[in-house]
Amino acid sequence: MIEFHNVSKRYPGFGDALSQVSFKLASGEMAFLTGHSGAGKSTLLKLIAVLIRPTNGQVLVNNENIGHISRRRIPYVRRNVGIIFQDHKLLFDRTVFDNVALPLVISGLSHREIGRRVRAALDKVGLLSKEKSLPITLSGGQQQRVGIARAVVNKPPILLADEPTGNLDPELSREIMDLFAQFQQVGTSVLIASHDLDLIAQMGSKVLTLNEGRMTAGGMHNEPQGGFR
Amino acid sequence: MISPTVYLARHMQVMLSTLGQMIRSPMSNLMTIAVMGIALALPAGLHIILKNVQQVTAQWDGAAQISLFLKQSVTDKQAEQLTTILRQRQDIKSVTNITRSEALEEFRQNSGFGEALESLEENPFPAVIVIYPTEQSDNLLTVQGMLANFKDRPEVELAQLDMQWLKRLYAIMDFGRRGIWVLAAMLSLSVLLVVGNTIRLAIQNRRDEIEIIKLIGGTDAFIRRPFLYTGFWYGLSGGILSWLLVTLSIWLLSGPVSQLATLYDSDYSLSSLDLNSSFILLGLSISLGLAGSWLAVSRHLHAIEPE
Repeated sequence: MIEFHNVSKRYPGFGDALSQVSFKLASGEMAFLTGHSGAGKSTLLKLIAVLIRPTNGQVLVNNENIGHISRRRIPYVRRNVGIIFQDHKLLFDRTVFDNVALPLVISGLSHREIGRRVRAALDKVGLLSKEKSLPITLSGGQQQRVGIARAVVNKPPILLADEPTGNLDPELSREIMDLFAQFQQVGTSVLIASHDLDLIAQMGSKVLTLNEGRMTAGGMHNEPQGGFR
Repeated sequence: MISPTVYLARHMQVMLSTLGQMIRSPMSNLMTIAVMGIALALPAGLHIILKNVQQVTAQWDGAAQISLFLKQSVTDKQAEQLTTILRQRQDIKSVTNITRSEALEEFRQNSGFGEALESLEENPFPAVIVIYPTEQSDNLLTVQGMLANFKDRPEVELAQLDMQWLKRLYAIMDFGRRGIWVLAAMLSLSVLLVVGNTIRLAIQNRRDEIEIIKLIGGTDAFIRRPFLYTGFWYGLSGGILSWLLVTLSIWLLSGPVSQLATLYDSDYSLSSLDLNSSFILLGLSISLGLAGSWLAVSRHLHAIEPE
């Protein structure tokens, strides 16, 4: 589902954020992306969402090389990638329902279909009773779950999460992680950037470790242009 | 992927929700609409005034007349002979002969200087022959040819074409028309900029929303749509306001104008914006609203990218 082949990202003036990174995430596979802050976790996730373009190498999502797609194609790639942000990125002037409905509205679904799917997603994250609330009235954990509902409402084949448990207590964190595991079980590829090593150990999934832009564990080592490590 | 009915329903929904947003914050939107309405009412109103003037002067068109002032030495009989000769010409519709004594009498009656005339020993008025060309020959070139011809006749002291003032009026009106175009162009440009600026502010206010929509796969067209509809509503309401302003002004002026017309023994009344002009005004206003928002959106939307 996701394949990186010798991917490097250089920010002019700041050096390499990622260098020669190669890894694969199969369909329905869950993996954690770890590393100290500044190791390149966010850069890697941004490449998958085409928020930035690789300097070198190939980024394949669903067998499409997204490193060089046209600007017009980007929205359609992003619709296949549900993203969960540490700061939730919710619209605070809209209800929970409207926030979750946004990806479906963008895709142009009918009114009835939107209502059905939004309620299913809210039910999944346990916030069905909050559909008419404004996000500001919800707790941090609840807001995070609204963000998750929005990311999965479109049933994307790929789910990315950037430090989803960053501000949550261990119990809530575990709940969120279990939620991700459920999506993985229905065939979604899940990639979670996190530095919560205890939690990662509990989940028992594949772990990709980044260190100063290089993948030191979990990547592929037999790349033809290898030369990393 | 998206069915036409859903697509249409989406457009309708965006159209109505942008209208709803405008109604919910009336003050700032009313300011923009007022600026648009006034800016468009000005050239539209001037256009109407000019059109009315044209209507009035159109009635005078073809009113060319040539006055031949005869020499003092020409007798009434000679004048009568000349009149008869002129009547036989093909390019002349009618000829009126005003003798010296008739001219004196007319002046005495109409001017109120009758008593002053008594003190004159001799009739100071020349005989006048007024010539009305036929409709076929009633154009400036032919009439001017006739004028040159008459000037050379021995009996004629002075031949005068009474169309000069009409020509001047037409020239002034031409100038006015050009002036209105220039004014309309400049005010349209300012309307464009006002809408553009308002939309630019709206884009900046919704920066977070735009970023999020881009993050979850919203196309440029999707993001552009509400702003374009906002521009459309500005255009429509600005156009309606300018129409109201013009119509109201004409209504206010129509009383005094018909009074004035009565004094000139005319039943003339001011005409307001007809259906055609009204649609042109609305269409222009909507186009300006759309164009202004399009400019703002295409300039500022690319600058907002999620990070």
